[in-house]
Amino acid sequence: MPTVSVGRDLLFQALGRTYTQDEFDELCFEFGIELDDVTTEKAIIRKEKHLKEEDETGGDEEIIYKIDVPANRYDLLCLEGLVQSLRIFCGVDSVPNYKLAGISKESMLKMHVKPETSLIRPYVVCAVLRGITFDEARYNSFIDLQDKLHQNICRRRTLVAIGTHDLDTVDGPFTYEALPPSEIEFKPLKQVETFRADKLMEFYKSDLKLKKFLHIIEDSPVFPVIYDRNRTVLSLPPIINGAHSAISLKTKNVFIECTATDLTKAKIVLNTMVTMFSVYCERKFEVEPVEVTYSDGKSYICPELSPYDMKVSLSYINRIAGVSLEANKVAGLLNKMQLHVEQSVSEDNECTFIVSVPPTRSDVLHACDVAEDVAIAYGFNKIPKQILASLKPLPLNQFSDLIRTEIALCGYTEVLTWILCSYKENFPMLNRKDDKSTAVIIGNPRSADFEVVRSSLMAGILKTAAHNKDHPKPIKIFEVGDVTVLDELKDVGASNHRQLAALYCGATSGFELIHGLVDRIMEVTGTSFVLAGNNTGYCIELSDEPEFLSGRQANIIYKGKRIGTFGIVHPQVLENFDIPDPCSFVELNIESLL
Amino acid sequence: MKDKDKEPRAVAADSLPPPSSAVASSVKRMAEEAVLGFLEKNDEIKDSGDFAAEKGISHEEIVNVIKSLNGFRFVDAQDIKKERWQLTAEGKTYAANGSPEFQLFMAVPADGISRAALQKKLGDSVFKIGCQQAIKNKWAEMGKSQVSRKVAHVDDNVKDMLVKINNGEALNQEDIDALKRRKLISPQVWKGYSVKKGPNYAPKRRKPATDLIRENLQSGEWKELQFKEYNFLAKGFPIEGGSLHPLLKVRRQMQMIFLQMGFEEMPTNNYVESSFWNFDALFQPQQHPARDSHDTFFLKEPSTTKMLPEDYVERVKQIHESGGHGSRGYGYDWKREEANKNLLRTHTTAVSSRMLYALAKKPFEAKRYYSIDRVFRNEAVDRTHLAEFHQIEGLICDRGLSLGDLQGVLHDFFSRLGMSKLRFKPAYNPYTEPSMEIFGYHEGLKKWVEVGNSGMFRPEMLLPMGLPEDVTVIAWGLSLERPTMILYGIDNIRDLFGHKVDLGLIKSNPICRIGI
Repeated sequence: MPTVSVGRDLLFQALGRTYTQDEFDELCFEFGIELDDVTTEKAIIRKEKHLKEEDETGGDEEIIYKIDVPANRYDLLCLEGLVQSLRIFCGVDSVPNYKLAGISKESMLKMHVKPETSLIRPYVVCAVLRGITFDEARYNSFIDLQDKLHQNICRRRTLVAIGTHDLDTVDGPFTYEALPPSEIEFKPLKQVETFRADKLMEFYKSDLKLKKFLHIIEDSPVFPVIYDRNRTVLSLPPIINGAHSAISLKTKNVFIECTATDLTKAKIVLNTMVTMFSVYCERKFEVEPVEVTYSDGKSYICPELSPYDMKVSLSYINRIAGVSLEANKVAGLLNKMQLHVEQSVSEDNECTFIVSVPPTRSDVLHACDVAEDVAIAYGFNKIPKQILASLKPLPLNQFSDLIRTEIALCGYTEVLTWILCSYKENFPMLNRKDDKSTAVIIGNPRSADFEVVRSSLMAGILKTAAHNKDHPKPIKIFEVGDVTVLDELKDVGASNHRQLAALYCGATSGFELIHGLVDRIMEVTGTSFVLAGNNTGYCIELSDEPEFLSGRQANIIYKGKRIGTFGIVHPQVLENFDIPDPCSFVELNIESLL
Repeated sequence: MKDKDKEPRAVAADSLPPPSSAVASSVKRMAEEAVLGFLEKNDEIKDSGDFAAEKGISHEEIVNVIKSLNGFRFVDAQDIKKERWQLTAEGKTYAANGSPEFQLFMAVPADGISRAALQKKLGDSVFKIGCQQAIKNKWAEMGKSQVSRKVAHVDDNVKDMLVKINNGEALNQEDIDALKRRKLISPQVWKGYSVKKGPNYAPKRRKPATDLIRENLQSGEWKELQFKEYNFLAKGFPIEGGSLHPLLKVRRQMQMIFLQMGFEEMPTNNYVESSFWNFDALFQPQQHPARDSHDTFFLKEPSTTKMLPEDYVERVKQIHESGGHGSRGYGYDWKREEANKNLLRTHTTAVSSRMLYALAKKPFEAKRYYSIDRVFRNEAVDRTHLAEFHQIEGLICDRGLSLGDLQGVLHDFFSRLGMSKLRFKPAYNPYTEPSMEIFGYHEGLKKWVEVGNSGMFRPEMLLPMGLPEDVTVIAWGLSLERPTMILYGIDNIRDLFGHKVDLGLIKSNPICRIGI
């Protein structure tokens, strides 16, 4: 995105009001440009020279706004264009009517194009700004705009090169020629000596600014060159202008030529130059045309300032923008974007606009660009949002799946056990007493295997370990699933809890490994290890549960709340489940971690 | 990132004693058995010194064992302090060789001896001390030149007393004082213990266990097993598992979001693309800066594409050069050579253009497509830019879609990423119109941040493909890296993606909860 630097005070003066930075930011945002940086000339110099805060530098303390503009809006590359667009956008000004000076074809300045130019740079377009008044700011802006255009649309002068001349120093008609370098001789801008073109190219090889353009013509047998009737060289495009016709603050009449390999872009560039600076002409917004005649005899009057008319239907605009606006409203919005419109209603009652695209708006190519302008002027952020159908997953299940993957990555194999178990397995075999307020009891069990809805995952995990005695040790298994416990607060008196359980079984108990797994679960859920009493993370506290061995068991305290326990499974419990090897086990509630 | 291995372990691993100390440990075991065994039948060991002497074990060893047993409360030990006498170096020589006065007496023959000869015989120091004591004891007559006996027989009491003290025998205070005065003995404090059973007394000591092991279960000894205290303030044993890459964890969640929103994935497993599909098909003019070599990687091999759909290429050329379908076009000479140039795709939209072209060849069907894959830019690598990154792209192709639909789908998408406040800024993109930059309000940073780009594909892109006039395509894109960096607070992209990552970061990275 190109960046334009403008003095803040100058900008506000031209806009006719001041803004706070936030207000201006907001205006930029709505319009589609961006206040990228606020700085001073002093700070810029300091940055370029890598100087420190206290070092003395030139430049002044005037606040400079660096504004990012869209790459296809060449009219926003200078203060004049920015101001004009924003004033129109804010409804202060109306769209200017650019026109050509009404002079006869005979008195028009002429540019004759020689056939050899087709070998290197075939096109040229020209125009004259009469009675212009420069001051230092305007003059600098005029030079800067050429630079910006050269960098952007002109693709570093390969596609288009601009030459501007003091018309009062030269005499038309002009010729655009292509000659062997040895035949071109002139005094280039900023030099005191006369150079032959081939020698000049050599000379510029050490010029930091110009050397990067030399490649455009250097290998060509002929160089493009523009002469006046007295064989004064106006320019050697795309490299340098002649010193003779150089413009200055005092210049009143400016001759602008754009030579090009891409005619469309040359026209855009010329239009940008003349529309932006005709505001300083005696006759505001008026440009004097030039007749360009090619060797085949065809001649063209340029610049082409007449608006480009485009037919766009109201329904199309509303459909694309997602709004339903009246025709008058749309017309008003388009005016804010510099587009003048005329409405017409067709026989089938379809409202259509004839949109006049001014020469400043070369970015408007299609009706979709018009629709966008309506949307911008209406306000992107006021467009009613249409929600498309989509699904939302259950967070608990998504979270469970992520945890499951992590546990598997720790080397634990997932098991999937039954919800139903025997009463014995759920209580006495785990050394647990049934306090009658925990488990859901089945009234009509078909067998002893289905007496209770599990209130913990432990029995299922232990049964799995017991049935896999022959599996190589250690056995590392886990399960993520629901248990059901009695719950007074529920309509049915019971509720599910999402639990995670894991077991290590081997020659040693693996207590530290299960402890490490607890740490890992906390790490992957982004929970930090804290001291007891600190309720921002988790800590481990010695516990006293009958299913675990005394001294080798602990509660997992998460944000001050106990969410689970781990420990060495009590040898009595192991015996109950007929497990010959020591085991460590953890079970915790993962809903709390969600 | 902390090195986990350096964190304190909850239980220190039990280290085996080095082999050279095997003898020492057997002596230790013997001493421990002696103490515990004695107390099994007796109430008290009154004096560890006597006990050591009795058992023929060094007192030092007995003391070590008592201290250790006392620490575990197997025994209760009380300090005993005793003052004892010890021979000085001088005392030791007299105990061995006799006192100087005795030596002197024995060296004097019955008929006497000259002073000089006697001094020579005894040495200076024995002679000097011997003289003083012999005179005092009235054992000898010390003349000016001659030394002679005064008595016929003497007993060396001093030597006898020194030998007794050395054997720990008692002397009367008078004798002690005399020896003390002559600096032949010095006092020494002796420490020992009296020992009784402690609260944890057992006739045999078991070492506290660090873990329950299989043998404990098999032998049934788990019932009596004592455990070393476990430090729950330390972390457990580090897990030796694998970890997935943070960026791909986020990708997984992004994919889930797209699937939930009804999007199907586009095949993006083709990095090499032609300029045609990457740019021209998207109505991106051939002079566009993005097509410069300093933005795009062009290829030396394979340098050009071999095949393009010719009729479609012709329509694309038309729309670029002179427009059509209501467009003015760009008005330049479109060059086939430019379109043929191969490159590494600069965006996954190259795939989108192929997908939409394929869609246009069939009777129209609405589609929602997404992709998340690698794209390449010829850019200098810095804290926020890499030459390759991942692009997330979503698009909906349907009849009658509007900016309102685009904003709606963006709200849905970004609110699943945790950004429910969005606003849109007009922007420019060669292949979308209208185009909107997406800004999301970041609750953590308390500011609006740019989170992506969006727009409606231009008719100049869609109509040459052959899609119906009333079909619009709304699309958006963002990088995978940026939201991931914001999510995990990473400010250098190279810490996240590439070979310079810290493996510790990958391992410790939490699960990605985006879309939950």
